[in-house]
Amino acid sequence: MDWSALTLSLQLAFATTLILLPLAVLLARPLAWRAFRGKSLVEALVALPLVLPPTVLGFYLLVALGDASVLGGLYQSLTGRALVFTFDGLLLASIIFNLPFAVQPVQRAFDAIPREVREAAWCCGMTRWQALWRIELPLAWPGLLSAIVLTFAHTLGEFGVVLMVGGNIAGETRTVAIAIYDRVQAFDDHGAAVMSATLVAFSFAAIAAINLLGRRVGHRG
Amino acid sequence: MAEGLRASIRQRAPIPLEAELACAPGELLALVGPSGSGKSTLLRCIAGLHTAEGGSIDCNGESWFDADASINHPVQARRIGFVFQSYALFPHLSALENVAAALGGLTFAERTARARELLARVHLDGLEDRKPAALSGGQQQRVAVARALARDPSVLLLDEPFSAVDQVTRRKLQQELARLRAHLNIPMLLVTHDLDEARMLADRMVILHRGRTLQAGTPDEVMTRPQSAAIARLVGLHNLFEGTLVQDGGGLKLEWLGHRLEVAIIAGNTGDRVSWVIPPEGVLLHRRERPSRGEAENPVSGSVQDCLRLGPFTQIRLVPDGGGEPLAFSVPTHVAERNGIAPGAAARVTLLAESIHLMPWETPDRPEHD
Repeated sequence: MDWSALTLSLQLAFATTLILLPLAVLLARPLAWRAFRGKSLVEALVALPLVLPPTVLGFYLLVALGDASVLGGLYQSLTGRALVFTFDGLLLASIIFNLPFAVQPVQRAFDAIPREVREAAWCCGMTRWQALWRIELPLAWPGLLSAIVLTFAHTLGEFGVVLMVGGNIAGETRTVAIAIYDRVQAFDDHGAAVMSATLVAFSFAAIAAINLLGRRVGHRG
Repeated sequence: MAEGLRASIRQRAPIPLEAELACAPGELLALVGPSGSGKSTLLRCIAGLHTAEGGSIDCNGESWFDADASINHPVQARRIGFVFQSYALFPHLSALENVAAALGGLTFAERTARARELLARVHLDGLEDRKPAALSGGQQQRVAVARALARDPSVLLLDEPFSAVDQVTRRKLQQELARLRAHLNIPMLLVTHDLDEARMLADRMVILHRGRTLQAGTPDEVMTRPQSAAIARLVGLHNLFEGTLVQDGGGLKLEWLGHRLEVAIIAGNTGDRVSWVIPPEGVLLHRRERPSRGEAENPVSGSVQDCLRLGPFTQIRLVPDGGGEPLAFSVPTHVAERNGIAPGAAARVTLLAESIHLMPWETPDRPEHD
């Protein structure tokens, strides 16, 4: 069992979820409630990582984040670190390829909140922020939970994009999915099996948790 | 400082509006009109949930909205109590928490105490901890009313608050509102398409049609003295006819199907075409055998087109001799039976001069039914 790979995967999953969740809320609310020009385009862009082969997405990210790129160059000059083949780049890529997994459930959850309920919060004197904290987020909680679990589990399991953008550097970019591939290449079936079982167990627990919570929320309704 | 609420709203889209209204403290004003007439939008403009293109809204001398002066206070700053048609309770909060949610600026203990007090006022004591889903429609409506009153609002806005409950509950809630409002010294606006509801609860009503306020007045005024034939149709008056003013015996009379009718209040010139209306209560059936002394007042003969027995009353439609639209009125069922009222039977009625109301003639423009 490659513990450093598992730790790195967990770190990446935590950081991605932590950064992506507020971003998803910020993006999902206008997508759910407002009609604006270019909305379909934004929705299509958010959904793109769902349909693109990970290697294609990884290739474009590699190009966009490379030292020669504007973004890569800027990051290098600001932090002295590169974006490709580093944890930072991996995190950025992870945020991008997880966008649909975070935004879509949150958008559906906000969409399900009746307009009148939000307006009632304002009529009660709540500011937009108070309405968000006290009414909207608690009501959108099942969607937020789905987003958390899906993002976390998907980050743990992502392979193609991680390999393209991060490569396979132990302690820096070698995630558990890469480590499993590595073990198989090295004919270490036992190591691959243990790590695979760990991923399966986690994914199963995640889906079970969503179902359980969904049912509890349904009963509460 | 002007007391009460004044609103003047103008917009072309999404729903055309050209509406004016005023509501004094302690007054309940009903906004009545068919669906799509803009009454809910008007209420949303007052609440600050919708911004109109033009106009102004002020409450107790404070300007909430003035398009010319670029004043547009946000909904939070307007201190309104709003009861939504669907109640819009917060589903994850208990009845108590729903009411307490509108009590910002107080300590937790103060909020809880005040919310309990408000729930008791709407007869919900004992149900404070229930979530909205565990409350009946009527109970949810009461929570919504308690929540709307929690902020000590400057104006109470009620958007069809009785439409989502059964008839028995509706009557009960209407009575509760009638009792509750007696203690409220703020302007209250009730949006409804139910004329009976408006008549029962409102001090005054405003008729809205295609976004325009057509007439404001007491329900009795609007229902018996509509300013136009269009309003008469909107408030569902049946006996709406056309006639001409003629000079007769030194005074003006209303000529209709060859009859020269006396009218208590009449103004105009000979030859003027008018629309006129008479409430069913203004049509009196003559006794078959013994014509009453009152028959001298605007007697009209005709034949019964149909009669419909509705419990203790029978609704009669009488086609006057000379044709035209039938006169609708109702009499106690035993009176109808005693006078042999049946389809095709001849009958004679008096049209009370006091009850005939004249309106300027206008090209018939029937309201759309939606």
